[in-house]
Amino acid sequence: MNLWPLLAIAVLVVGFAAGLNPLIVILITALTAGVAAGIAPLQVLGALGRAFNSTRYVSLIWLILPVIGLLEREGLRERARILIGRMRAASAGRIILMYLALRQITAALGLTSLGGAAQMVRPIVAPMAEGAAESRLGAISEGVRHVVRAYAASADNVGAFFGEDIFIAISSILLIKGFLAQSGYHIAPFRLSVWAIPTALLAFAIHGVRLWRLDAKLRRMVCEERP
Amino acid sequence: MIGLGEVYALAGAMFAAFALFSVRDRSNPKRFGNGAFWALLAVSFLFGSQLGDVVNGALVVALILLGGTGAMGRGSQQRTSPEERARRAEQRGNALFVPALLIPLIAVAGTFTLGRIRLDGAPLADPSEVTLVALALGIVVALIVALAQAKAPPQAALDEGRRLADMIGWALVLPQLLASLGAVFALAGVGTAVGHIATTWLPLGRPFAAVLVYCVGMALFTMVMGNAFAAFPVMTAAIGVPLIVQRFGGDPAIMGAIGMLSGFCGTLVTPMAANFNIVPAVLLELPDRNAVIKVQIPTAIALLACNIVLMAVLVFRY
Repeated sequence: MNLWPLLAIAVLVVGFAAGLNPLIVILITALTAGVAAGIAPLQVLGALGRAFNSTRYVSLIWLILPVIGLLEREGLRERARILIGRMRAASAGRIILMYLALRQITAALGLTSLGGAAQMVRPIVAPMAEGAAESRLGAISEGVRHVVRAYAASADNVGAFFGEDIFIAISSILLIKGFLAQSGYHIAPFRLSVWAIPTALLAFAIHGVRLWRLDAKLRRMVCEERP
Repeated sequence: MIGLGEVYALAGAMFAAFALFSVRDRSNPKRFGNGAFWALLAVSFLFGSQLGDVVNGALVVALILLGGTGAMGRGSQQRTSPEERARRAEQRGNALFVPALLIPLIAVAGTFTLGRIRLDGAPLADPSEVTLVALALGIVVALIVALAQAKAPPQAALDEGRRLADMIGWALVLPQLLASLGAVFALAGVGTAVGHIATTWLPLGRPFAAVLVYCVGMALFTMVMGNAFAAFPVMTAAIGVPLIVQRFGGDPAIMGAIGMLSGFCGTLVTPMAANFNIVPAVLLELPDRNAVIKVQIPTAIALLACNIVLMAVLVFRY
């Protein structure tokens, strides 16, 4: 058993940990894996080229860019903000919870680009949640404010990660399909997205409960700070 | 019959247009770097299957060098001001969401119908690639509707798409490259070696143990790599396919879907996934760079446990 190809994993870890550009790390890792397995560099190059060519479908999702770009020019994000702004909820936890639901549902429809830390959390969700916390608890400390913001960012991630795999044409689903096809199992993307649903519901339940309890947590923090 | 070839040609044409618009963007100091990157990608999509493996490999290396050495830049971004977009958003109302929603609707509807529609005895779309054909169809229809709504010429959409592509930059090919790396790993036997270690050192004799090691391994490996896409091919080749599917007769679709989601639990807790965990902390001006990760740890652990139970219960049943 040749265990030398494991060296490639070490190269990958060190490369990423050192903060090198991921593309360069991938190239060095591929060469390391090939050489460690006793494959000639030119053959490794050929294998990389063949794999890149046969996985082009992974990048097909970018066909969406012109439509999204045009819609953004026409104010799509601003419209989404108006829509969220109209959902009046009374507390920080519930505003973030509502955003979690919206994020997860839109991601499940393939609209992952509707959210994001830069696009939605910083300008809209975090300020709304902080405002709601202030109106409930009075003036809040920087520490409490930071907790609210961190939860807002977490909802964006949890919603996107565990919503997007329900959409049949997201790149992770296509990667699963592609890899299993190479192993001889031909699976319709639809089956993969169906089996992503139980985890999606549990993710919403788990993070949702934590958000539901966020208001009580914030209240406790404020009480502890005030003697 | 419409198959992947036609969809690749469409993508190739789009990237060729991106290359053209990039080179013409004088506000981008590195416009020729961007132009070359998108042009190479266009070549890959248009002619990749005629090029031969080594030429394709050289193309990949060229893409990596362009993207990895800072040869790409960004031009001045938005063409419309925030005030102008806010005004349009008020004016257009929720009709703006229609094209965006058409894409998933047509992609799903097309998946179920396109393979069954027959013209002169041949199916309209290649039944094995019907999802991707339906997705492309949805995008084209949405584009036509959006252009009609905005009363804009097609060049406007292509230029806006190019603007987004320049913003994403080299990261646009990262998923495809990681998938390719997985293939090289498979060729070099990396997965076999991991599997050898896992099967030698870990008790994998029972179906539940295999599920446990696969799910936890996905999460841990994703934490190390910062990306579940990179972990998936390795763990699946080492444990998923040979043990869960082949030895214990598990369902590959359930294994793949829940396995990937176990990896996402790892993404929630690693600083390696910088754009999800570190960038938001910076954007939200949190003094602790790991503040977002810390909030996500309990959810990630609970959800990983749920995934293990779900897979153990479902994968051998269907």
